[in-house]
Amino acid sequence: MSAGAASILGRVEPGTARGHGGGGPASTRITVAYGFWIFLLSDIIMFSTLFATYAVLKGATAGGPDGRALFELKTVGYETACLLFSSYTCGIGFLSAERHRVELFYGCFAITFLLGAAFLGFEASEFARMVAMGAGPARSAFLSAFFSLVGLHGLHVTVGLLWLVYLVAQTAAFGLKDFVCRRLHCFSLFWHALDIIWVALFTLVYLMGVQ
Amino acid sequence: MPREPSLESAAFRVHCRVPAILLTLPPLSGCASEGVIDPQGPVAAAERLILLNSTAIMLCVVLPVVILTLVFAWHYRGSNRAATYTPDWGYSGKIELVVWSIPAMVVILLSGVGWIGSHELDPGAPLAARAAPLEIQVVALDWKWLFIYPAQHVAALNELTVPIGTPLSFKITSGTVMTAFFVPQLGSQIYAMPGMTTRLNLLASAPGHYPGFAAHFSGDGFSDMRFMVHALPPAQYHAWLAEAASTGEVLDEQRYDALARAQATAAAHAFRAVPAGLFEHAIELAVQPGALASRPAAAVH
Amino acid sequence: MFGRLNLAALPLNEPLDMVASGAMILGILFVLILVSAKGWWPSLWREWLTSVDHKRIGIMYVLLAMLMLCRGFIDALMMRTQQALAIGTAHGYLPPEHYDQIFSAHGTIMIFFVAMPFVIGLMNFVVPLHLGVRDVAFPVLNAVSFWLTASGALLVNVSLVIGNFSRATWLGFPPLSELKFSPDVGMDYYLWSLQISGLGSLLAGINMVTTIIKMRAPGMGYMRMPIFCWTALSSSMLIVAAFPVLTATYAMLLLDRYVGMHFFTNDGGGNAMLYFNLIWVWGHPEVYILVLPAFGIYSEIVPTFSSKTLFGYRSMVLATLGICIISFTVWLHHFFTMGAGADVNAFFGIMSMIIAIPTGVKVFNWLFTMYRGRLRFEVPLLWALGFIVTFVIGGLTGVLLAVPPADFVLHNSVFLVAHFHNVIIGAVLFGVFAGYNYWFPKAFGFVLDRRWGIVSFWCWLLGFYLAFMPLYVLGLRGMTRRLEHIPDPRWRPLLEIAEVGALLILAGLAALITQLVVSIRSRERRRDRSGDPWQGRTLEWSTPSPPPEYNFAVLPEVESVDAFWQTKRRRAAQGEPPPHYESIEVPANSPNGFITAFFAVVTGFALIWHIAWLAILGLACALLTLLGFGWFERHGRRIPAEELERVDRAHREQAAA
Repeated sequence: MSAGAASILGRVEPGTARGHGGGGPASTRITVAYGFWIFLLSDIIMFSTLFATYAVLKGATAGGPDGRALFELKTVGYETACLLFSSYTCGIGFLSAERHRVELFYGCFAITFLLGAAFLGFEASEFARMVAMGAGPARSAFLSAFFSLVGLHGLHVTVGLLWLVYLVAQTAAFGLKDFVCRRLHCFSLFWHALDIIWVALFTLVYLMGVQ
Repeated sequence: MPREPSLESAAFRVHCRVPAILLTLPPLSGCASEGVIDPQGPVAAAERLILLNSTAIMLCVVLPVVILTLVFAWHYRGSNRAATYTPDWGYSGKIELVVWSIPAMVVILLSGVGWIGSHELDPGAPLAARAAPLEIQVVALDWKWLFIYPAQHVAALNELTVPIGTPLSFKITSGTVMTAFFVPQLGSQIYAMPGMTTRLNLLASAPGHYPGFAAHFSGDGFSDMRFMVHALPPAQYHAWLAEAASTGEVLDEQRYDALARAQATAAAHAFRAVPAGLFEHAIELAVQPGALASRPAAAVH
Repeated sequence: MFGRLNLAALPLNEPLDMVASGAMILGILFVLILVSAKGWWPSLWREWLTSVDHKRIGIMYVLLAMLMLCRGFIDALMMRTQQALAIGTAHGYLPPEHYDQIFSAHGTIMIFFVAMPFVIGLMNFVVPLHLGVRDVAFPVLNAVSFWLTASGALLVNVSLVIGNFSRATWLGFPPLSELKFSPDVGMDYYLWSLQISGLGSLLAGINMVTTIIKMRAPGMGYMRMPIFCWTALSSSMLIVAAFPVLTATYAMLLLDRYVGMHFFTNDGGGNAMLYFNLIWVWGHPEVYILVLPAFGIYSEIVPTFSSKTLFGYRSMVLATLGICIISFTVWLHHFFTMGAGADVNAFFGIMSMIIAIPTGVKVFNWLFTMYRGRLRFEVPLLWALGFIVTFVIGGLTGVLLAVPPADFVLHNSVFLVAHFHNVIIGAVLFGVFAGYNYWFPKAFGFVLDRRWGIVSFWCWLLGFYLAFMPLYVLGLRGMTRRLEHIPDPRWRPLLEIAEVGALLILAGLAALITQLVVSIRSRERRRDRSGDPWQGRTLEWSTPSPPPEYNFAVLPEVESVDAFWQTKRRRAAQGEPPPHYESIEVPANSPNGFITAFFAVVTGFALIWHIAWLAILGLACALLTLLGFGWFERHGRRIPAEELERVDRAHREQAAA
C-alpha cells in the first residue's frame, strides 16, 4: 500500500471514537460489551461440542432406556416457559436500569431470579427421577451425553443466578453507576444467550428425542 | 506364477525404476530392503509411486524457492550497492498472479492425485486377482497380535503366514485399546479399534519375510507389539496350514479370554481348532464392562 | 483426608526421578532464597507479580516459555538418547513406564507451555504498541490469563515430584486414557493442568480479539494495521473458536474418569473415535494459532531488515484470513487411517492441500520483500532466512502427508514426527526466537549480543537438520513413533546422527542462554537510547526503550501502513509541531491474577488426588477472590500532563541525536 492511500473506511474524522480506527479506541462500555459477546461466542462453541457429542452418542443406549422412555415433555414445557419468561423480565429489568427506574429494576430481576430458580427446580427433579429409575449418566453413552449437555446448561443457569444476586447486591451498594450498568448489560446478554441455547436444546434433544 | 493383480501391475513393475536421484541417497539405497521404499505388494507399490510423484512435483516449486531465497539474500545484501533498491515498491499485479497461481496449480495437481489415489487405494476395496481372496481376522491385544483364519479354523500369534499372489482380506479389531495394524512392505495401515471392525485389503507379490507392527501407541508394551509376515508360495503355505491344523494348541473361547487378559507379549506360535465366531466373541469381550483387568498403575510409583 | 495422596507418591525408589525432582526443587529454592536475600520481594510484587501492564505480562509469558523450553528439551534429549542406546537387544536406560511419561510430557510441555506462552507473550507485548494504544482491552483479565497458564505449568512440574505424569501421549487418546487403561494419577495431572491453562488461553484470546477490533489509534483502519496484528487477530479468533472444544472434550474425559460416564469408554456405548474427531477439531487450529503469529513476526522482520515495504500487504491479509478459516476444515487428516472411506478422506486431503496455497503466497511475498531491498543480516533476519528454507521442506512433507494413500504408509511413523517438528521448530520456534531478538531492545533498553545470537542460530539450524532429517528416512524405512526400544540394528547410524543433532540443539539452547547472560552483563555498552535500534517501521519503535507504562504520551494519528516509517519521513522532511499533552489514567496493579492462580493450583492438585474437601475449598476461595476483587469500582492512577510531556520531550531529543 503506498503512503497516502485512504483507509478502507474512507477519510476519518477525529474524535468520533467508534473503535474502528476512526477516532481511536472505543469507549469502555462498547469494549466490555464486545468482549463479553466474544466470550459468549466461545461458550456457544463449547455447547456445540456437546451438541455434536449428543448427536453422535444419541443411539448408544447400551441396552438401556432412550429418550422416548425418559423424557417428559410436560416438564420440559414448564422449564421452557420459566426460562423464556425470565428472559423477558431480564430484558425489562435491564431497560429499567438504563432509564434509572430502580424499583422496576429490582422487581424485574427478582422475578427473573425466581423463574430461573424454578427452572432449576424442574430440571433437578427431572434428573433425580431419571437417576432413581437407574438412568443416570453412568448408565450409557447416550445418558452421559444427555446429562452433560443439559447439565452444562443448568450449570450456566446456576452461575447466572449467583451472578444475578451479586449484581443486585452491587446495585444496592453503589447504585446504578457506569461500572454496574456495564455488568448488567453483560448479564442480560448472558441470560438471553442461555435462552437461545435452551431453545436449541429442547428442540434437538427433547422434541426430536421423543419421536 | 499367478497373474499380477490388474490394479497396480504397471506400478508394481516400476518399483525397481524409481527416480535414480532419490535412490542415490545412501540411507535409502544400500538398505532399500525394508519399509515403504521396498514395496512387496501392489498396494505398497502404488503408494510409493504416489510418494515419489508428489515429492517430485513439489520439489519443482520448493527447490527454486530455496535457491531464490539464498540468491536474493546474497544479491541484496546491504554491502552490495550495485543491486537495485526500491524501498517503496510493495505491489505488482503480475507477480501476485504468479504467486497465487503456482501454489494453486500444484495443489490442483496433487488434489487429483489425492482424489484418485484415495479411491483406488481405499483400504476396504477388495483387490482383483485370479486367486480367491483369503479372509484373515486380526485382533490386537496387549501386547501381541492374534491372526485368525476363520475358513481354515487355525490361528497364529505374532506371526502372519500368507500365500503370495492371493488377495488378503483383513477384518481387524482390538481386544483392548486402539492401535493400528501395519506391514509397511505390503501397504496401508489401518486402525484396530475395540468394539469395531475395520477392513483392509493387501496382497503379497513375492515370497519373503516382512516385519509388521502396531503403528499407534497402545501402552507400555507397545514397542514389543511386532510380528512377522511370512509370504510363502502356495505349496509351502498349505504345508504350514496343515501343520498348524494338526499340531497347534487349541484356541477356544476360554483360551482366548486368558490371552486377552494377559498383559504381556508372547512368542510366535500357531493354534488349531479355532471355533467359528471367535472374532465376534473378541469384539463382544472388548466392550463388556469389567471383562478385562485394568492396566496397572505406573510402576514408577 | 488426603484422598489418594500418600507417601508412595514420592519417587523415593526412582533414582532418575529423584535427581530431576531434586534439581528442580533446588533451582526453585535457589531463586526464592536469592530474591529474599536481596530484598527484592516488595519490588517483585509491585512491579511484576501484580502488574497488569501488557508489556510486563508479555515478558513473564516469554520467561515461562523459556524455562519450560529447558524442561521440554531435556525430555527430548532423554528420548533421543534412549533411542540411540536401546537398539536390537539392548534396553537403554529408561523402562517403558518412564519413557512413556517422558514423551507424553515432552509434547504436552512444548505445545502448551512453550509454544503457546511464547506466542501469546509476544502478542501481548507487541500488539498494543503496534496499534498505538496504551494496553489491551482488559488488563486485569490479561494478568489472570498469564497466572492461570503458569498454574498449569506448575502442576505439570509438580507431577515430577508427587505422583507421575500421563503415559497416554500428549493428546490423551482413549481408550488408553480412560481409567481402565490409565488408572493412575498421571492422566489427571495432564487433564487438570490443561483445563486450567486452557481457560487462561481462552481469556487471552478474547482479550486480544477485543483489543484489535475495538482499540486502535486514531486513523488506524484495518488496512493500516501491521501484518503482525492481522496474524494476532486471526490466531486469537482461532483461540476463541477452538479452545472451548478442548475444554469440553477434556471435561468429557474427566467425567468418564471421575464419575464413570461413557463418552469414550469401551463399554456402555462409548465412542473413542469421537474423541479423535473432537481433539483434532481443536488440534489443527491449535497449530495455526502457533504459526500465524510466527508468520506475522517474519512479516515485520523481513521488511525492517530489508529497509523496504512489505510486498503484497493486501494479499498477506487475505492469505492470513484464508488460513484462519480453512484451518477448521482439515482436522481429519490427522487420522486418515481410521477408515472413514475414500470420499471423506479425499475431501479432507484436498482441504489440507488448499491451505498450502495462502501459505505459499506468504513465502513468495517475503521473498519479494527482500527483492530489491537492502538487507542487514542482524540476528532476527538470520532466523527469518533459516525459517524460509526450513519451512518449505516441512510444508512439502506436510502436503505429502495430506495425500491419503501416502499417509496410509507414513501415519504415526517418525516421518510424521520429522514433519511436524520441521514446521513447528522451523516456523514457530525460529519465529519466536527471531521476535525475541527483535523486540528485546524495546522491552529492556539494550540490544542482545549479536555474536552469541549468530552462534545460537547456526547451532539450532544445523542441529535441527541433523536431528530430524534422519527421522524422515527412518520413517520411510518403517520406524514407527513412540518406540521405547528399537528392533532393527540397521537403524543405528541414523539414530546416532539424530542424537548428535539433539546435542547440537542443546548447544544452541546453551548459546541462547549465554547470549542473554552476556548481554545483561554488558548492557551499558549496548544500550539503545533512541528507541529505534533497527530502523523500524511500526509504532513500537517510536516509544522509548523500554516504553513507559502508558506506552504513548499522546496516541498517534495514523495515516498509512508502516506508520512510524512515514512519521520519520515527515519529520525529516518538514518537522513536526509538538503535540498537545493531556493527563491520563493508567490501570492500578491487581493481585487478582496471582491469588486466583494460587487457588487454581490448590484446586487442581486437590482434584487430581481426589481430596474432595480441599477441591471445594480451593474453588470457593477462587470464586471469592473473583467476587472480592470485582466488588469495588476499579480506579486507576492519574499521570499528569507535565510528566507525559517531560518524558516525551526527553525521548524525542534522544531519538533525534
